[in-house]
Amino acid sequence: MVAVPALGACAGPQSILDPAGPAACDAAGLWWGMFAVAVVVLLGVTATWIVGMGRRPPTLEDAREKRVVRRWIVLGGVLLPSSCIVVLLVFGIAAGRRMLPLPRAGEAPLRIDVTARQWRWEVRYGGGAALINELRLPAGRPVDVHVQSLDVIHSFWVPRLGGKIDAIPGRTNVVRLQADAAGEYRGQCAEFCGTRHALMVLRVTAMEAGEFAGWLEAASR
Amino acid sequence: MTRPRTPEADRIHADFDEVWGTPPGWRALTVVNHTTIGLRFMLTGIAFFLVGGLFAMLVRAQLALPGLDVLTPELYNQAFTMHGTVMMFLFAVPIMEGLAVYLLPKMLGARDLVYPRLSAFGYWCYLFGGLILMSSVVLGVAPDTGWFMYTPLSSVPHSPGPNPDFWLIGITFAEISAVSAGVELVVAILRTRAPGMSLDRMPLYAWYILVMAMMIVVGFPPLILGSILLELERAADFAFFDVARGGDPVLWQHLFWLFGHPEVYIIFLPAAGIVSTLLPVFAQRPLVAYTPVVLAVLATGFISFALWVHHMFTVGIPQLAQAFFSAASMLVAVPTGVQVFAWLATLWLGRPLWKVPMLWLAGFLFVFVAGGLTGVMLALVPFNWQVHDTQFVVAHLHYVLVGGMFFPLVAGVYYWLPHFSGRMPSARLGRYGFWLVFVGFNLTFLVMHWTGLLGMPRRVYTYEEGLGWDLPNLVSSIGSFVMAIGVATVLIDIALHFRFGRRATANPWHADTLEWATSLPPGPYNFASLPQIDSRHPLWERDGLADEIAHGRHGLPGIAHGRRETWGVEPLSGRVREIIHLPGNTLLPFVVAVLLAVVCIGLLAKIYLLAVAFALAATAGVLRWSWENGAHPCAAPDATTPPDHPPLHSRTRDGPGLWGMNLTLLANGALYLSLLFSWFYLWTVAPAWQIPASGAARGGGLLLASTVLLTVASFALRQIVLRLARGIGAGAVGGFVAITALGLASAGLLGYALLDPRLAPTATAHDALVVFILGYSLFHCALAALATALQVGRLRAGYVGAGMPYELLVVARLWYYAAAVGWSSYAALVLFPAAWGAA
Repeated sequence: MVAVPALGACAGPQSILDPAGPAACDAAGLWWGMFAVAVVVLLGVTATWIVGMGRRPPTLEDAREKRVVRRWIVLGGVLLPSSCIVVLLVFGIAAGRRMLPLPRAGEAPLRIDVTARQWRWEVRYGGGAALINELRLPAGRPVDVHVQSLDVIHSFWVPRLGGKIDAIPGRTNVVRLQADAAGEYRGQCAEFCGTRHALMVLRVTAMEAGEFAGWLEAASR
Repeated sequence: MTRPRTPEADRIHADFDEVWGTPPGWRALTVVNHTTIGLRFMLTGIAFFLVGGLFAMLVRAQLALPGLDVLTPELYNQAFTMHGTVMMFLFAVPIMEGLAVYLLPKMLGARDLVYPRLSAFGYWCYLFGGLILMSSVVLGVAPDTGWFMYTPLSSVPHSPGPNPDFWLIGITFAEISAVSAGVELVVAILRTRAPGMSLDRMPLYAWYILVMAMMIVVGFPPLILGSILLELERAADFAFFDVARGGDPVLWQHLFWLFGHPEVYIIFLPAAGIVSTLLPVFAQRPLVAYTPVVLAVLATGFISFALWVHHMFTVGIPQLAQAFFSAASMLVAVPTGVQVFAWLATLWLGRPLWKVPMLWLAGFLFVFVAGGLTGVMLALVPFNWQVHDTQFVVAHLHYVLVGGMFFPLVAGVYYWLPHFSGRMPSARLGRYGFWLVFVGFNLTFLVMHWTGLLGMPRRVYTYEEGLGWDLPNLVSSIGSFVMAIGVATVLIDIALHFRFGRRATANPWHADTLEWATSLPPGPYNFASLPQIDSRHPLWERDGLADEIAHGRHGLPGIAHGRRETWGVEPLSGRVREIIHLPGNTLLPFVVAVLLAVVCIGLLAKIYLLAVAFALAATAGVLRWSWENGAHPCAAPDATTPPDHPPLHSRTRDGPGLWGMNLTLLANGALYLSLLFSWFYLWTVAPAWQIPASGAARGGGLLLASTVLLTVASFALRQIVLRLARGIGAGAVGGFVAITALGLASAGLLGYALLDPRLAPTATAHDALVVFILGYSLFHCALAALATALQVGRLRAGYVGAGMPYELLVVARLWYYAAAVGWSSYAALVLFPAAWGAA
């Protein structure tokens, strides 16, 4: 179990565990918390099984046995999972809300339209700038990516910046991303979309705000 | 074999074999006995498992290193699609059903399942459906759009080849076996137990199978409906899932996962049933907390129908719905937790033995609990948005399915081997096999969680270097080959034991359940006499029970009448109610399945005339089949019963036939509800829903008229049947002819409605659904009319009649159902749009 992290560092161009924006950070935090609890539960249950296999207990009288059993079922079977669920939902629902593209105070999120088709990403900005298989965004500012599809279902995903959202024909879905720092990121189609699904990659560049504004103006012309 | 070799037992066995024996040679095709059918299911399941495993090996070979060319992208897509499809539909579900079909009558103290011909029919549908799917691999056109077949990728514009058709038609054909086994197992568990085996004395395995079978009955129909709709869209250009014409591809996802999530528990519950059966035997004490475990199993069944949307958290559904499905998904951890801790407490309080099956159960616990924990993680929406559709999910689902199904299955196979062969498994090779599988599995899939967290999506045929995925993928591939060697070891061990295994003694594991009171291997009739049961653990509490059974000291010991028979009991108390007589060997199930296979081939080859001709032939075969039923002399050669015995079931009014009809209509109703769901869903959610200008529901008047006729016919039929039940036969033939005519008339009205040239099912999803709903009603009118016409013949032949209304009561249900469908279709097609303000 514990040896697994040693197999590979957490870093990587598409690693969920190397977050570079608030949404991805929340998700990574949730992972580490859940991972820790899960390891404890798994090891505890397995150890109980192995110890139980080796025990040769005396036969208990009926009433005593009933009490013991009730304790196991209520504590282990009911309370353990339900308390874990409550804690998870408290953290999870809060984190989920923060990720949603809801109206927010302060600077309005930048809108970027992404249209997926077999097998490329078409990226358009309000001023008319357009890119193929490449997305540029300003660092430090939330971006609302409006995702559509022209053919089959795809899924837009830049793991280090946030969660994925499906591109479904006939609908527009929105996902809010933010890159905290300028840099290069990588995105990839996550919903199987046919022969070249594996090659449907998106290069993502976060630029300093000023630099981005300059580029956008130049590209919009 | 372990049967007591006294002259008396030998004579009884010879007499029973005369009536129950399974013939050799080509006549093996006629066998309907559950022991043989169950074994066939399992052996076929193992064969498909090897095929599915081969596809997995191809996938892992291709992904071992970045940029490999072991498979072309096209072949890779076929390989992963076929791996998932074969493992889910042709291995996991059928093998679990096969085991249940084999074991249940033996555990319940019955001689066979209630509908032996249906068991055989189900098996042939499974085999032929599987072979049709496999033929696509040979032809190079295997399905390649993933095992959940999302539209529009699987629609004609993006998959013009026949690949998805093989999936839709082959799998739907094979699913007949699942639904028929579901119906049969429910009725068998509720109605054919040993006398005195009240529900609370039932072995836990039977509880698990009861819930699984009910879930099949309700859970498979949404997928069957979805497959029919998608095939209609592909073959006839009906517009169900096409956004531009008012459909919605997300509707497919709903229908698929409405089935797909319960499916996971349909696979897991029987496996958990194996755990709850074996664990007490090796812990040498009863399972603790019988009642909480039963409640937990029931709760799992219910909750599993409220989870399907957790497969769709990224399609952009409302936040509140996500929170609900998230919480519901996690909630399933509670009943699972209850079971896990009941198992742990049983070990803790017992004196467990480390036999080979226990090794597999320990492996199960570790792997399954790990999979359950990642399952709870996946139910958390913000985390799901990250790992959904990545290798993390692939790892999770293998932990749940391999851990929750394969490990207990192997434990069960080792445990019941003496049953299949009369010999004991080895101790050494079995352990090697376990450790190879366990280590190989965890090497493959534990690491795969990490691959997913590093951002690798699922279903990619290749990846670049430098993304951090190289090493974990290589480890996974190596692990998968270690696991394959382990599986081979297990299979070799099992094969060798048939030749070299030590002969099994009676009840070799010192188990508590009745299946160990048969001879090893058992005769096709299981028990020469049927014992009264007064506890949950008959073999722990009654020494010598097996001997008494073999010597005919218990119930129904005679066979001179030539009937295959078993007790029919009251569902709750287990009190004897009737003698159920069962049909013997017949070629009909095989013939009908062959005819249906030709129908499928005709549909695939688009030779529709062939399909229609063989569908008619199959219908004739089914009518022939139901002709020989109930009071027909072939069904019960001798209809006399001893004076102190209850009547034959065919002389009662609510025998297993009625129960089977009710359950079949429940499955049918689940399909119809999914259809109504589709209608309302598209009305409210489809992005470009269109109501044709010429009116919301055409043919509304005709539908109403047809439904009124059906209702009149239903009431009339009910009156005649009640009179027959009271022994008044006068006028019955004429009445039935009139009722048949009413059914045909109402079918004719619907047919006329469908001929309306304004109906354009290829232009809008609206009209496509209207046509489908009207066609569904038409089908049921025709079916009810046909079934009644058959009874006219049987009435004249004297197989039903005054005082013997058995089948007529069954047919009446069909009429009630058709009338109910007519009224609700009228409400959905005419009243709802009017209320919506669109009429």
